[in-house]
Amino acid sequence: MNLWVVLGGNSIAFGGLLFLLSAGFALIFGLMRIPNLTHGSLFMMGAYFGVSLIGWGLGFWPAALLAALGVGAFGGLVERLLLRRLPGAELAQVLVTLGLSFMIADACLLGWGGDPLAIAAPSELHGSIRIAGFAFPLYRIVVIVVAVLIAAALWILIDRTRLGAMIRAGVDDPDIARVVGIRVSLLFTIVFSLGAGLAGFAGVIGGPILSVYPGLDQDMLPLALVVVILGGSGSLVGSFVGSFVVGFLYNFGQALFPELAYVVLFLPMLVVLVVRPQGLFGRAAP
Amino acid sequence: MKRAALGLVLVALATLPLWIGNEYYINIAAQILLYAVFALGMNVLVGYAGLVSLGHAGLFGIAAYAGAVVITSGGNHFVAIVTALAVTVGVAAAFAVLALRGTGLGFVMITVALGQIVWGVAYRWISITNGDNGVSITSRPSPFGLSLATASGFYWATLAVFLVALASIAILAASPFGASLRGTRDQPRRMTALGYNIWVIRFLAFVLSGFWSGVAGMLFLYYNQFISPQAVALSASAEALLMVIAGGTSTLLGPVVGAALVVIMKNVASAYIERWNFVLGAIFVAIVIFMPEGLVPGSARLGRWCLARLRRRAVPAPTAAAPRWEVGREVGPEAGSEVEP
Repeated sequence: MNLWVVLGGNSIAFGGLLFLLSAGFALIFGLMRIPNLTHGSLFMMGAYFGVSLIGWGLGFWPAALLAALGVGAFGGLVERLLLRRLPGAELAQVLVTLGLSFMIADACLLGWGGDPLAIAAPSELHGSIRIAGFAFPLYRIVVIVVAVLIAAALWILIDRTRLGAMIRAGVDDPDIARVVGIRVSLLFTIVFSLGAGLAGFAGVIGGPILSVYPGLDQDMLPLALVVVILGGSGSLVGSFVGSFVVGFLYNFGQALFPELAYVVLFLPMLVVLVVRPQGLFGRAAP
Repeated sequence: MKRAALGLVLVALATLPLWIGNEYYINIAAQILLYAVFALGMNVLVGYAGLVSLGHAGLFGIAAYAGAVVITSGGNHFVAIVTALAVTVGVAAAFAVLALRGTGLGFVMITVALGQIVWGVAYRWISITNGDNGVSITSRPSPFGLSLATASGFYWATLAVFLVALASIAILAASPFGASLRGTRDQPRRMTALGYNIWVIRFLAFVLSGFWSGVAGMLFLYYNQFISPQAVALSASAEALLMVIAGGTSTLLGPVVGAALVVIMKNVASAYIERWNFVLGAIFVAIVIFMPEGLVPGSARLGRWCLARLRRRAVPAPTAAAPRWEVGREVGPEAGSEVEP
């Protein structure tokens, strides 16, 4: 019994982490229609930045924020210098982002070496708290809280602010949005940086749970992909729900069928694709 | 004239081990042919059908794993090859049914996911695949008395398979089926209106490219006498895709040139630098940004442009042809392909 509850708690925490990763992916993929295959690499990059920043004596949270800013700036550069040249050419975008992800992975291997590196959780979050007689690590509870807070902030940003309205307008009809005076290209850079920054932030936050190692990017990218395909691209609610579904599938799959964990993870995605190709919360293709 | 040239190339290819001599280079030539079979198979899907797959290393790997498992459990080579190809075609059919639920970007994403499943199974299902350590086999087959144990023996066998693949895909491309395949790429709606079943045509293309990927996978298994999850990873699919697009898609020889290029670069580059993945990624980015139509036509265009610059004549530089492999053209109401000329 205890095992199930602990597994469930871990699943929720992992789902929260996945949401931080895939919210950015859903924004970039759903709103800008850019299949950003560097997303796993941005996550890993954030984690490595976090390792170095903490190593230089910064606290955990400032390091996470700075890493997010750094990765966000990198994402903005990528959008400005490369993806900007390939508007609407989705395959070209797939290839460029894939090529970039190889370059990032190799550069990280060069910079930080091949050994797994650990990120320590902030010391005040080391203990565990008891809920209904079960002990949960405090840090994982905090991850869940952070994920929920960021989900709320994103929802308010996209649905309730002027910037969000401009982003939605720029996505729905870029030409008309330009005509009414919205700087669509700037907006897209902002969205891309925001998504990249979230991935970088998630990398540092995930550090104490996953640690950082070469190949982390290839581990995380399929998860983000599954979340977005499950939940429906461009839907924040979809990626929120999808993240927790995948969190549960991943953790329980690992524990119950370790040899077939990947099959357990991808099977529901395939079922959703066959039954409802636009994803659980996605809008049907026009 | 053309026939004479073709004959000359064939003779040169067939006698290659005799005038090269060095075993290392013969092995590289065999590798090029092996990957050319893979790239040719992928080109059926990527080039002619216009469907970009990032999961074909999965099919390549399934064939190799199936063959290796049959051989290590005592089956002979004939049984191993037949089983491996049958399994691969079956899995390719299943993958096609799933992947063809989407077109354009959706198709790419689903193939990534499918490829990752295969990778995950290869990596984790240790009782069958031996996990990260991979599966080794101890012998190569010797069909018709030709031993494949030597470098030149293996080269000739690979050459024979390569020529069969090249010829069959050339015939396919020139056949009515090839024409209808290109039709589903360029004008899907008109093809539907003309009464073609687009889904079936794409399905067959997927299975056929899966079959040749499986053949290449078996060659890979026999070449290395070893298969590990590394061969199934996303980067392996990406490498194969690079071969196809680097040479120029939907041309017969483009994938062959691309395969030669990537294999040579990989061997040469890894002799001098450790960072092959970085180079691979950089080539990807450079090709997409500077030569979207493929390396062969692209470098010809760049060469002409440089020449024109050098001579400072008033020759306008030829503009780049629109990349033929742009996906998603068929979706959206504004797709220009539907406008009557």
